[in-house]
Amino acid sequence: MEVARFWRTKGQRYQLVGEVCPSCGEKIFPPRDVCPACEKEAKTPYTFSGKGEVYSYSTIYSAPEGFEKYAPYTVALVRLAEGPLVTAQLTDVDAQDVKVGMPVEMVTRVLREDGERGMVVYGYKFRPVCANQGAAAQQI
Amino acid sequence: MRDVSIIGIGQVKVGEHWDKSLRELGYYALHAAMKDARLERIDSLFVGNMLSGELTGQEHLGAIIADFAGLKGVEAVKVEAACGSGAAALRMGYIAVAGGMADFVACIGVEKMTDKQNASVTSALAMAADGDYEALHGLSFVSINALLMRRYMHEHGYKKEDFAPFAINAHANAVNNPYAMFQAPVTQKQFTEAKMIADPINLLDSSPIADGAACVIIAPTAIAKEFTDRPVRIRASAIATDTVAVHDRRDPLFLEGGAISAQKAYAMAGVGPHDIDLFEVHDAFTIMSALSLEAAGFAPRGKGVALALDGEIGLSGRIPITTMGGLKARGHPVGATGMYQIVEVATQLRGEAGANQIKNARLGMAQNIGGSGATVITTILEGF
Repeated sequence: MEVARFWRTKGQRYQLVGEVCPSCGEKIFPPRDVCPACEKEAKTPYTFSGKGEVYSYSTIYSAPEGFEKYAPYTVALVRLAEGPLVTAQLTDVDAQDVKVGMPVEMVTRVLREDGERGMVVYGYKFRPVCANQGAAAQQI
Repeated sequence: MRDVSIIGIGQVKVGEHWDKSLRELGYYALHAAMKDARLERIDSLFVGNMLSGELTGQEHLGAIIADFAGLKGVEAVKVEAACGSGAAALRMGYIAVAGGMADFVACIGVEKMTDKQNASVTSALAMAADGDYEALHGLSFVSINALLMRRYMHEHGYKKEDFAPFAINAHANAVNNPYAMFQAPVTQKQFTEAKMIADPINLLDSSPIADGAACVIIAPTAIAKEFTDRPVRIRASAIATDTVAVHDRRDPLFLEGGAISAQKAYAMAGVGPHDIDLFEVHDAFTIMSALSLEAAGFAPRGKGVALALDGEIGLSGRIPITTMGGLKARGHPVGATGMYQIVEVATQLRGEAGANQIKNARLGMAQNIGGSGATVITTILEGF
């Protein structure tokens, strides 16, 4: 049981909390404390919008230990609206419908379960943004 | 700094060695290399290995192999840099001999992968990636390379089958390598129909899980001829790093670590890509061959696959790669792979490559890659 390991990254996994560099304004995810753009210290928390688009994707047929029961599942590099790339699973979408450039948004889902008495690890996944979802929300 | 040469090489056949343990594999390669160099004693031993703890329950490899080989009291440590562990071990040995701290150093690469089931090995290999931000999300190491391949196809307009020449070339060359795991050719049809692992990467884009060990003995060039008629000079050895996670790279399709380590190596040797007679690329996946060729300056951005399609990577092409089968067909025992590459380049430069001999080969290069480009070791060797 790696309780502390999962607990200390809950901010990034549940809410996409990264950092913003106080020196150059670079938005950073995952958090890394030293700005990759200007190499100065960057520890100011910044919560990302969760909006982005698919940069690349792959459907996994041969899964690592602990993920076998989910296979096949689709993973992606997502370009967040604020700039960084993030690696995550896609959800609520058929593999054959995924395209490079497809708009997606972050949701919180179960990443893995370690048996009946083990931990349930939650984290971010991304799902397609419905074309008319925004319009529906505006009508309300 | 002293000039350094390889005075002995040794390797075991890559494969599924159910009957041999990790320490035995390491010892066989070491013994073969010491015999080749007519040596009975070494000063230091560097063991390149990635996953011994995870896959065989054994760490502390320096001492365990030194002890098993009967080298009582010798300096011995393990070197780990994921799939780049093998060439990293050579780099450490090179520093020791060049710096005058040791005269005779054995550098081994060894890996034992077939004691565990497939899913366990897949998880273990994902440790080369970012544990918290890639592997935790269910990404296999294959899938990370698949993300690169898909984007490469998208940006440069290639089709999946365009990558076949890398696998076909590697298998064709492995036919004549008695140490290769797969001494059999593959066809374009087999490539197209192979089982998908992580779309678009299929089984024939991928190098196989295997057991293996390879070893070189290095010594100062000034005394190399006392031990061998065919010493091979180390003209350059350079390591560079990049972000471990692919998502942290400004441009995921450019192996910056590969470019930096190649540039360092070229500067050290005073040569350029046009001087290199053969290039052992880290073809863990077909996409890695393309990215490595581009990073090392053999093809412009997006043209690595075109180089293969134009037939320039074969034994008589402009830049022969994977001349003894590469990771794809010789096999990819991860921590041992970098040392197999060195042994193969040395074999070519000694003129011992048989049917696969590159004519008049003088300068050979190897690029060993840890992770998806996070650690890259470029080595340039010269035959006498």
